[in-house]
Amino acid sequence: MRRIISMLLENEPGALSRVVGLFSQRGYNIETLTVAPTTDATLSRLTLTTTGSDRVIEQITKQLNKLIEVVKLVDLTEGAHIERELLLVKLKATGAQRAEIKRTADIFRGQIVDVNSAIYTVQLTGASDKLDAFLESVGETSILEVVRTGVSGMARGDKVLAL
Amino acid sequence: MELLSGAEMLIRSLKDEGVETIFGYPGGAVLHIYDALFQQNDIAHVLVRHEQAASHMADAYSRVTGRPGVCLATSGPGATNTVTGIATAYMDSIPMIVITGQVQSDWIGDDAFQETDILGVTRPIVKHSFMIKRPEDIPETIKKAFYIATTGRPGPVLIDIPKDMTAPTESYEYQYPAKVKMRSYSVVSRGHSGQIKKAVELLIAAKRPVIYAGGGVVQGNGAELLTSVVRELGAPCTNTLMGLGGYPGTDKQNVGMLGMHGTYEANMVMHHADVVLAVGARFDDRVTNNVKKFCSDAKIIHIDIDPASISKNIAVDIPIVGAVDLVLKEMLEQIKKTELVADTEGQAAWWKQIDAWRAFHGLRFDLNDSELLKPQQVIESLYKATQGDAIICTDVGQHQMFAAQYYKFDKPRQWITSGGLGTMGFGLPAAMGCLIGKPDMQVVTVTGEGSIQMCIQELSTCLQYGLPVKIICLNNQALGMVKQWQDMVYQGRHSSSTYEESLPDFVKLAEAYGHVGMRVDKASDLDAAMEECFSLKDRLVFMDVSVDPQEHVYPMQIKEGSMRDMWLNKTERT
Repeated sequence: MRRIISMLLENEPGALSRVVGLFSQRGYNIETLTVAPTTDATLSRLTLTTTGSDRVIEQITKQLNKLIEVVKLVDLTEGAHIERELLLVKLKATGAQRAEIKRTADIFRGQIVDVNSAIYTVQLTGASDKLDAFLESVGETSILEVVRTGVSGMARGDKVLAL
Repeated sequence: MELLSGAEMLIRSLKDEGVETIFGYPGGAVLHIYDALFQQNDIAHVLVRHEQAASHMADAYSRVTGRPGVCLATSGPGATNTVTGIATAYMDSIPMIVITGQVQSDWIGDDAFQETDILGVTRPIVKHSFMIKRPEDIPETIKKAFYIATTGRPGPVLIDIPKDMTAPTESYEYQYPAKVKMRSYSVVSRGHSGQIKKAVELLIAAKRPVIYAGGGVVQGNGAELLTSVVRELGAPCTNTLMGLGGYPGTDKQNVGMLGMHGTYEANMVMHHADVVLAVGARFDDRVTNNVKKFCSDAKIIHIDIDPASISKNIAVDIPIVGAVDLVLKEMLEQIKKTELVADTEGQAAWWKQIDAWRAFHGLRFDLNDSELLKPQQVIESLYKATQGDAIICTDVGQHQMFAAQYYKFDKPRQWITSGGLGTMGFGLPAAMGCLIGKPDMQVVTVTGEGSIQMCIQELSTCLQYGLPVKIICLNNQALGMVKQWQDMVYQGRHSSSTYEESLPDFVKLAEAYGHVGMRVDKASDLDAAMEECFSLKDRLVFMDVSVDPQEHVYPMQIKEGSMRDMWLNKTERT
């Protein structure tokens, strides 16, 4: 099952490599990974998505918690949560296709952020499956380049991942 | 406040941490440190012949004294040579401090002479690691390193120090921190009382209980408490390879080691138990055999300091996270005051069954199928000669299993072996580390002609520091355990497991290094030779004992089977 694990990490060199190394060392998957500093300069927020049986996910969270640099960790998928990912996609936009892509982007509430006579660059945010659906709708033949940020997320309501 | 250089701060911090000895080898990146070592008398240095040995010595020093050993190596090859020793300590959860030199900080990443990213190389085999970025951080980093290495589930910690951090030209105000604070590292200690209560209820009501005790009992100083708990419960106790000595080996409630080469009775007890209490053990594949068939009728209670060990390989019914000694203490108190009544009838039937299993096998071996000395006889003779009191170190292979089976360890920290990683070459340096930690003890290495050659250069170190290790080499002219598997699984095709008459004369070799060499090849000479070996108190003795090369280690669990599926000898199985 797909899980979103989010953690506060000491903002130190080597901390990220320990997290990533743990996954390769123990044979776990990472599907997406995103990391950036927080308002507290000594902490980074790292969010990753992974898949595995309940037993594997339990091991992943326990092993991550053992890393000295992991300060706090939460499995967002255990409760109600918000997840977002940002997508930039460069699309062929000529002839009849040009209008169709604009329409599709509007339906998905995407924005065209760069344009020339043959190309639209579309920005889209949402849950990963929404981004997947958009890419499927515009079709593989139109796509020139794709970049996705990976999943970020937070718990809904009062729950806060902070010190 | 005193002004000290980085190198002086390092040495002083180690002294303030209680370190008495460092095992190491000098080189370019650590010359400032060695110069500071030279100019003080608080910490002794043991010069090894290969850095691998330094790491094994520090590891064994930890195992035998309970205080973390320290090793020191230079950058590049010096650092990479410690890797096997670090991995050995990591797999057996041994606290150890590894200090490596690094090229000066502004050269890092330039592929400088003797530069290796040792933090990267060792990342998966350390509990944690540090690189010193500012000399003034040295005292606090040492404090943190010792704290992390020794608390929680212990493990090795590496500190990489670029050469400019220890330069004698700069000095700093030195103060060793009294306390360490880390927001991201907290240690569980006491177990959950409710869980302990549930465990006690289950154990008291059990008809066929067993206690399965691992290395955590030894390392966590829980042996005495475990013994009390086992006696109070009246249940049989089995030890893992790492746990030997955690419960007295000669006690009647001890059924011996369990697992791949465990005793028949221990494996039968495990398989038929209705309640298993696992203490400081981690359900290793060498213990469980096929996990799907492991103790299928049993409720399992698991005490461990590491939450990640719980339900990793085997799902358990009652997990108790906590320090083994504290949990056992509370468990003992609860057992003593409980009003629950034990199932004495059930337990009497259980012991009757256990005694029958014991009588059936009891580590029997056939003395008469060959004229040659049996390796098991050698261990029995060693046990007699040392009155069961020696510290026994081993390498890895058949000799290790024979030593584990036939020497009876009554005390913790008496049995020093590489269990998790299975490191050949560990035995000799381990014995040296033990002798430095416990100079008044008899220290023996049981080894084979294969393993001993992996760190044999340390015979020279033994002469330099007067370390009277007794080396008992079970010489079967082959890599015995490899050959045993080739006999059993590969129809006797001995691929690269023999030496074709190329073995050295170990007696002459020992003499060339300035030690005493002895050769034994007849059973009638064995006991006298053993006596003589141990009468030479101040000398290293290398006893090269020719043993039957056809001998296999039994019992041996059958792959993919349950605990009770074993070969009992070459033709008989359960």
